[in-house]
Amino acid sequence: MVTISLTSQKSAQIRFTLNGEQTDVSFAPYKTLLEVLREDLNHTGTKHGCELGECGACAVLLEGKPVLSCLLLALECNGKEILTVEGLGANGALHPLQEAFADLGAAQCGYCTPAILVTAKALLDQNPHPTRDQIREALSGNLCRCTGYLQIFEAVEAAVLEIAGQDNAAS
Amino acid sequence: MPQQKDPPEKQSNRNDGELRVIGHPRRRVDARAKVTGQTRFADDISLPRMVHCKLLRSPHPHARIRSIDISRAAAHPGVYLVLTGKDLPIEYGILPVSQDEQALCLDHVRHVGDPVAAVIAREELIAFEALDLIKVDYELLTTISDPEEALATPVPRIHEYGDEGNIHKRVALEFGNVDQGFAEADEIFEDTFFYQGSTHLPIEQHASVATKDPDGKLTIWTSTQTPHYLHRALAKVLQMSAAHIRVIATPNGGGFGGKSDPFNHEIVVAKAALLLDRPVKICLTREEVFYCHRGRHPVLMNFKTGVKKDGTITAMHLQTLIDGGAYGSYGVASTFYTGALQTTTYHVPRYRFQGCRTFTNKPPCGPKRGHGTVQPRFGQEVQLDKIAEKLQIDPADLRLRIAESSNAVTANFFRLSTVNLSECIRRVVKSSGWRENFRKLPEGSGVGLACSAYLTGAGLPIYWNKMPHSGVQLKFDRGGGITLFCGATEIGQGSDDVLASIVAEVLGLDTFDIRLYTGDTDLGPVDLGSYSSRVTIMAGNAALQAADRAKALLAEAVAERLAVPADRLRFAGKRVFDSAAPENGLTFQEAVCLAEARFGTIGTVGSYTPPKSLALYKGGGVGPSPTYSYTAAVVEVAVNPVTGWITVPKIWIAHDIGRALNPTLVRGQIEGSVYMGLGEALMEEQEFRRLPKKLSHALVHKFPSILEYKSPTSLDMPDLFTELVEEPDPKGPFGAKEVGQGPLLPIMPAVANAVYDAVGVRIDEVPITPEKIMKALTEKKAGRAPRFGPSHFPHVEWPEALRVPPPWEGGDGNAINDVPRREKAKPHPQKEQVLSS
Repeated sequence: MVTISLTSQKSAQIRFTLNGEQTDVSFAPYKTLLEVLREDLNHTGTKHGCELGECGACAVLLEGKPVLSCLLLALECNGKEILTVEGLGANGALHPLQEAFADLGAAQCGYCTPAILVTAKALLDQNPHPTRDQIREALSGNLCRCTGYLQIFEAVEAAVLEIAGQDNAAS
Repeated sequence: MPQQKDPPEKQSNRNDGELRVIGHPRRRVDARAKVTGQTRFADDISLPRMVHCKLLRSPHPHARIRSIDISRAAAHPGVYLVLTGKDLPIEYGILPVSQDEQALCLDHVRHVGDPVAAVIAREELIAFEALDLIKVDYELLTTISDPEEALATPVPRIHEYGDEGNIHKRVALEFGNVDQGFAEADEIFEDTFFYQGSTHLPIEQHASVATKDPDGKLTIWTSTQTPHYLHRALAKVLQMSAAHIRVIATPNGGGFGGKSDPFNHEIVVAKAALLLDRPVKICLTREEVFYCHRGRHPVLMNFKTGVKKDGTITAMHLQTLIDGGAYGSYGVASTFYTGALQTTTYHVPRYRFQGCRTFTNKPPCGPKRGHGTVQPRFGQEVQLDKIAEKLQIDPADLRLRIAESSNAVTANFFRLSTVNLSECIRRVVKSSGWRENFRKLPEGSGVGLACSAYLTGAGLPIYWNKMPHSGVQLKFDRGGGITLFCGATEIGQGSDDVLASIVAEVLGLDTFDIRLYTGDTDLGPVDLGSYSSRVTIMAGNAALQAADRAKALLAEAVAERLAVPADRLRFAGKRVFDSAAPENGLTFQEAVCLAEARFGTIGTVGSYTPPKSLALYKGGGVGPSPTYSYTAAVVEVAVNPVTGWITVPKIWIAHDIGRALNPTLVRGQIEGSVYMGLGEALMEEQEFRRLPKKLSHALVHKFPSILEYKSPTSLDMPDLFTELVEEPDPKGPFGAKEVGQGPLLPIMPAVANAVYDAVGVRIDEVPITPEKIMKALTEKKAGRAPRFGPSHFPHVEWPEALRVPPPWEGGDGNAINDVPRREKAKPHPQKEQVLSS
């Protein structure tokens, strides 16, 4: 029988940008980004369903790209930019994806929703007019047990139109 | 609290044109919280001084515990407490007849993952480390891996109770002279089917936080679908007054039936919090969630059905052999459910049902979406497809010919309400182009049709008593707001929105004007839980009654002020006004203040008790419902005749919902049901394997991970065409029936029937994998029966059947060879009776 001695001291420290805000955090060095977000920074919007990289519920954006925060050591995020569901909206308003998800039934239990929202945002940032198949592909690493995905696809498509409309209005 | 007698208006008959909330697609009341990540799930809760719990679980499927040495773990730095079975010896379970679980096994472990000790420590990791320091001395016992082994191996017994040996429950019911029915048949069909077990796989892992309140009472936040039953179990095991225990069901990150039992980890953290006087949290790993299970029972079935040449059923005999896993859970109810609903879709005049549930050394099975009715629905619908082919009748026409009709009473004394099964069939036949496609598509493409019925709420509670199944309290404040209190549990299905929409509709408000406190045993009246598709009808009707009572109070006060008759007042647009002169009115807020001045503080209550069941015989407690939903589905498949690879490009579904309270959520429930059904049809299985003999030969879970337990992804979801059949049902609030479970049921058999249409092989087993299709295709090529499925149904010593003459043979709902239970239909209020004992 082997007893692993792991320190739980907050001996590691990083400085990174969390949802646009410079953030310093100390934590036990073995912790994943998921654990640091939830436990050390009280950002519980990011969820977990397996902590093994299987379900996609913990996805966040690292430098704008979706990553599974349960597979990423927080130590690897020093100096990086992280976006979670808490950072999607701005100035008290929801992001068009959030509005569409709320209106169109894309969130049932809401547990996989934060990760799907940020993954969809990454898709739209890269490809503002995705096809249904591209949406399916982009979200294929995020399991949802409630919706059967269809209302999620529809919500992403509705957000695409909304964002395009906003851009037109702005230009 | 002033109360008035209920207004005579029949709510469900309200004019559609007047509905402003009900029936309109709407953002659900809790949507904002969900899309901002602010919904507070159990594991999101963190309290000052909180400590963490981990469970030590058995590595053996079946063993005696000789001894447990916790001394090293208890001395480990950072460990505050180590608990074993001796600390929580009282048995509990969801059903009164199956109080067979211990929070920590005392001397007997029954499956890999059964918990034997708990460590509570400063950090989760310290608790985890300390688990390794606990020494358990096990004496290994023979492992029982499936029902056939259980039948053949009466000792060692997995439990010391049950019908005999390792048989948990055997039941036999006979409605009418079944042998006579077979004698009158032109053709008799006999088929054996196997339905593999599957698990719920909610993305949220079960989590709980318990704390001792400053006043010494206990509070637990937990991901449960049934706070009321956890409340009962905690009171029993902790030997505390239930009045000193508060259970708060946090919004569930998916349930599907998997969070409906009181769980060992919930009891353990409650006990630890009381002992340590500080908050204790546990969050299960995904692997542990697989060990909690309570999912779909694997069921072997034998269907014998007699039919006339025109397809009319003369008699049916169904046998089910059920793999229960290691504990009772809902199993007695599950056993009856495997035989309950065969009669509610098609007219079956004579019916014999024999069911047998065995214990095995696997995680316990229980209720998963469609509870116990899914497996025999698969068998029945596939057999109907075979019958239709033999009789050369189109399967849709056959079903239209034999479909049950509204207000019928079935052979087993279930009273149906609205039945729109035929309309559902006609809708999918039309939308899918069935007449143009069935038996006409090229080799490799096929369509299949299947139907189903499901309960809209279990008509009988788990603990028989005369109290309501659901209650709602409304509190009105002077600002014009309403606070709603109800025990109903939000598991993602939208129960909060159902409650808000009903109250908003009655009182002319917006759903967002209503604040909800639900799933809390302290704050709200009891609701029995989110199971059996009962919340919309039961909590919904309770909310309707409470809202109507409030409306009557407000109307009386406003009528006086406006000097118009109360029955001429309308509540709409946050105003109360004279329907004959709409400008003559008050704001809702003014109306509340007026009523408070007139009557005192305004608060109303409502409650709901289902109608009395006609099924008085023993076992008749499982299956009655105020009304049933109906579904028909057509599935299109593409099967590669060389590789057996199967995909599902399109599904058409029609669901008899009564009325859609919020069509957005209704469609979501249907799509989610179809998705989950498709997973069961094609890939999901809770499988086990034995380790090699030279190792322990133990029975271990094959796939205790999401990676290996395959479930459909966004790439697998087909195009889905959903239609709602809306004939308001007089039993439902505004006519609503259930939608959360029924639409799952036809998917698996429709896939099987479509595979036959595509490549001419019968897969009489779920899941329908390419490997099984290939095997059947090989059989076909070799000129043997083109089929994959179980070969036989083993011998079971069945008890003498309770003989219940159906209504058309003069029956009164009692068994003729048992004591009449008419008196028992009115249980003594002091003595709670036991479900289907």
